Amino acid sequence: MSEKVEFELVSPERLLISQAVDMVVVPGSEGDFGALPRHAPMITSVRPGVIAIYEDGDVSERIFVAGGFAEVTEARVTVLAEEAVKVSDLNHEGVATRLRLAEEALEEADTDVTRVQAQRALVVARAMQAALGATVH
Amino acid sequence: MPSLKDLRLRIVSVKSTRKITSAMKMVAASKLRRAQSSAEAARPYAERMERMLGALASSLAGQSGAPRLLTGTGKDDVHLIVVVTSDRGLCGGFNGSIVRATRAHVTGLQADGKTVKIITIGRKGRDQLRREFGSLYVETYEGIGRKGIAFAEANNIADKVTTMFDAGEFDVCTVVYNRFQSAISQVVTLQQLVPLAVPETQADDSGEVKALYEYEPTEEAILADLLPRNLAVQIFRSLLESNASEQGARMTAMDNATRNAGDMINSLTIRYNRSRQAQITKELIEIISGAEAL
Repeated sequence: MSEKVEFELVSPERLLISQAVDMVVVPGSEGDFGALPRHAPMITSVRPGVIAIYEDGDVSERIFVAGGFAEVTEARVTVLAEEAVKVSDLNHEGVATRLRLAEEALEEADTDVTRVQAQRALVVARAMQAALGATVH
Repeated sequence: MPSLKDLRLRIVSVKSTRKITSAMKMVAASKLRRAQSSAEAARPYAERMERMLGALASSLAGQSGAPRLLTGTGKDDVHLIVVVTSDRGLCGGFNGSIVRATRAHVTGLQADGKTVKIITIGRKGRDQLRREFGSLYVETYEGIGRKGIAFAEANNIADKVTTMFDAGEFDVCTVVYNRFQSAISQVVTLQQLVPLAVPETQADDSGEVKALYEYEPTEEAILADLLPRNLAVQIFRSLLESNASEQGARMTAMDNATRNAGDMINSLTIRYNRSRQAQITKELIEIISGAEAL
């Protein structure tokens, strides 16, 4: 596998990653997809989940994203993430607190807007927990 | 003619003012550097989002059913204006020029019989526009970016704008902010956010053939997600630009103030020395003429 795909992970604040990799697996809203070089051009939304970067047949990095968008072209994968954390930087306590806060916010929500926001936060927190669970075992 | 003591006190006071202004200049300079680098760091996201939007918009062009955030409501009656100013003063004409531009814009719109609503960001703009347009305020924000501007803050504001739009509370949204050009020049910019002025899709600089994308889920669904997001990004960008401009303006203003204080100290010192000399001469003359009279 000599051909590589240019992977870019961008958050609103800054460009997080820009490197050539063998493959990335992105949690698309319609299911995970792996992007190899010469993937068909595609634009998709991303659900909260883990992006896995593959190099030399192995996962070299796992990054949690809280949703966003991905643009895939033949030579490039760009992910616009709302929030991105390396899975190795997540910890159980932080995630548990976040989950609890999200649940509390949902209970306290009294308008549609706050309820939707709280639900979104809860989904993100759950996904985060799942991401953490998947790595520990 | 102020007495010697008065002059001395004034010199001391101007000197301490100069110390303050020069310290503020230093602070502004270092904040400016930080603000500039965060503005630059935010650029890739905005660029890529623009690219995606361009692709989406061109594939949806001419079709009905495009989201209203993109196409507008088809009316032009109610305008929402987001005014971005700073919380603090002492930054030269920074807030003044925004306020002036806003005032002109609002008066113009009102003369055309449009309804205007205002969201202010920053204490200064809120206070300065309140007397004339206070009744038009729908929301005011302050304390944004006290510890660096976070995207979440821009997102909050964007949420508010989107909710208002969905409720049909306005047709056109414009943001007024200072675009950063250099430390000495900031450009007041009026940017229309809703309906979105879609950037022309330029040919990629890498020479890639403009690809026909597949969309997952549908174009409409992605666009419906992407547009509010884009709104937040645009607001975020204007906050960053405005922050960099503020620091630049403050740096220049404080630089001028420091220089003026220096000039003032010089002229006061000359006056002080002259009058001291005059007084000595006068005393001498008195003594000598007293001695001669004997």
